[in-house]
Amino acid sequence: MAKITLSNLRHSYLPSPSGPADYALKEIDLDWQDGGAYALLGPSGCGKSTLLNIISGLLTPSEGRILFDDRDVTDLPPDQRNIAQVFQFPVIYDTMTVRDNLAFPLRNRGVDEGRIAERVAEIAQMLEVEEMLDIRASHLSPDNKQKISMGRGLVRDDVNVVMFDEPLTVIDPHLKWKLRSKLKELHQRVRATMIYVTHDQTEALTFADQVVVMQDGEIVQIGTPVELFERPQHTFVGHFIGSPGMNVLPAEESDGAVRFQGRQVALEGAVTGQGGITQIGVRPEFVSLTDAGLPARVNKVSDVGRHAVVEAMVGDTAVKAIVEGELPEQGAEIHLAFRPDHTRLYRDGWLSTEAQT
Amino acid sequence: MKTENQKAWFFVLPVLFLVAFNALVPIMTVVNYSVQETFGNNVFFWQGLDWFEQILRSDRFQAALGRQFLFTFLILIIEIPLGIIIALSMPKKGMWVPVCLVLMALPMLIPWNVVGAMWNIFTLPKIGLLGYFLNDVLGIAYDMTQNPFAAWVTIIVMDVWHWTSLVVLLSYAGLVSIPDAYYQAAKIDGASPWKVFRYIQLPKMKTVLTIAILLRFMDSFNIYTEPFVLTGGGPGNSTTLLSIDLVKIALGQFDLGPAAAMSLIYFAITLLVSWLFYTLMTKDDAQ
Repeated sequence: MAKITLSNLRHSYLPSPSGPADYALKEIDLDWQDGGAYALLGPSGCGKSTLLNIISGLLTPSEGRILFDDRDVTDLPPDQRNIAQVFQFPVIYDTMTVRDNLAFPLRNRGVDEGRIAERVAEIAQMLEVEEMLDIRASHLSPDNKQKISMGRGLVRDDVNVVMFDEPLTVIDPHLKWKLRSKLKELHQRVRATMIYVTHDQTEALTFADQVVVMQDGEIVQIGTPVELFERPQHTFVGHFIGSPGMNVLPAEESDGAVRFQGRQVALEGAVTGQGGITQIGVRPEFVSLTDAGLPARVNKVSDVGRHAVVEAMVGDTAVKAIVEGELPEQGAEIHLAFRPDHTRLYRDGWLSTEAQT
Repeated sequence: MKTENQKAWFFVLPVLFLVAFNALVPIMTVVNYSVQETFGNNVFFWQGLDWFEQILRSDRFQAALGRQFLFTFLILIIEIPLGIIIALSMPKKGMWVPVCLVLMALPMLIPWNVVGAMWNIFTLPKIGLLGYFLNDVLGIAYDMTQNPFAAWVTIIVMDVWHWTSLVVLLSYAGLVSIPDAYYQAAKIDGASPWKVFRYIQLPKMKTVLTIAILLRFMDSFNIYTEPFVLTGGGPGNSTTLLSIDLVKIALGQFDLGPAAAMSLIYFAITLLVSWLFYTLMTKDDAQ
């Protein structure tokens, strides 16, 4: 168990990177608290697997240090870092039994057989795989294989961190949910630091206490699921998280007022900074249909169950609103209102309004 | 609804005809010869299983069979581990991959009789590069035309040179199909290189290795051209393998009956051993 510190981390897969574009990871400074459940969320190719492999030691970063409890481990190989990693595709040793698979990391470290038997029994019970212990691992179903590869990570009681690299990719949808809650339960029992890499917001938000959102090799926001939802620091976070994502609308700034389609829009707080490309961000949850407000024409209404998503055109810009109750007809002229405490200005993508006090 | 008719047979007919023409009929001809005696003019006398008995009892056949098994055993025990070692040490990615693959494939592209001729010239004591080097530079007495041991070493080395590549390429194909995650997981689990080989690489190569062993067994057990061109079965009979002996009986002595019986025995042995190999090597998967 340890606190993990990433300091000034940069990584490029090219031998001599010349510009920021050559870096898969740009300047990462981050602390992972001991025992936390973290998710690393971002679209494919944003550098999250690179970051994970750097923490596990499979990759050496081009620049920067990694500290486990203030001990520099940057140059240590994976087996000396006491970490565990679960991969996208279940990695099991086909020719071994489930029991031998679970015992493998301990045997390699010379733990005595009595202790191994004890730990394997404990983990098997935790993962509910006791009745499979003596069958060949190659005969297991994908979800059980994935459980075993998790088990190999958890069997060592000295692990600093368990990392999951999109572990549910090959699992059937109805088992995903089961395995995910199993993971959450495991975290509560073993209290090891866990980092869960995914591009699926549902997985990230249900598993993690803290979500780290990445884009293009940069961390754009770190926060609890609620913070990410309620106050995105970047239009990317607003857009990436939520279903549908935040409305990001072109805005003009003049005389201290912010206008959208020529109409002034009330924001959560005072505008900071100046210049750049300005956009208004407001989640569909905070857009409502009113009698007076922004005039719009309904373009599309999709009923998604508990509520409906109404897409309306304000001038040439589409705005989405989540509506419960009575729905407007397609083509109807309506008026929209944004809830001021959830309407913000973004400058060059980054949040540019002061929080309400 | 189930449709059932006999149309399929109609589509199989052309193939059946081809197979009959180039396999069944010739084999039946051999069977025919193996149970009869002829002195030409298409006059045949029934012999029953006499030829089979004669062949199986003959010292000459037993000796050739013994040499054949020894040869196959030796090349398998050299080529399979060597092939795996070379495959393991080949680069997995980068510009050297195609270079290695092409270099590996080269020996296999050379026609068999050319391989025999090459090695013959290469190893001849006075004029061959290797023969000259061993005898006159290093002072090692080496003459594969006179010394049976030297002849054996030469045909074994020649076969290893010619065919190890096959094992390499097949093993390599098995190796590159292993996802990186396996190696990464093994690193994290603290597995030693030997354990990585034993529990990851070897199991993943098993299918291709089964094929490699089967192919190498069948090919080496039926080998004819290369040793024939290289040593002609000599010195004496020391490198007369089964197929060389068979051709001597069939075309040299024109003993068609015994030769036919021997062919069938030969065929049966090849088939039986291949089946045994395959059954043993795939036994685990069936569990």
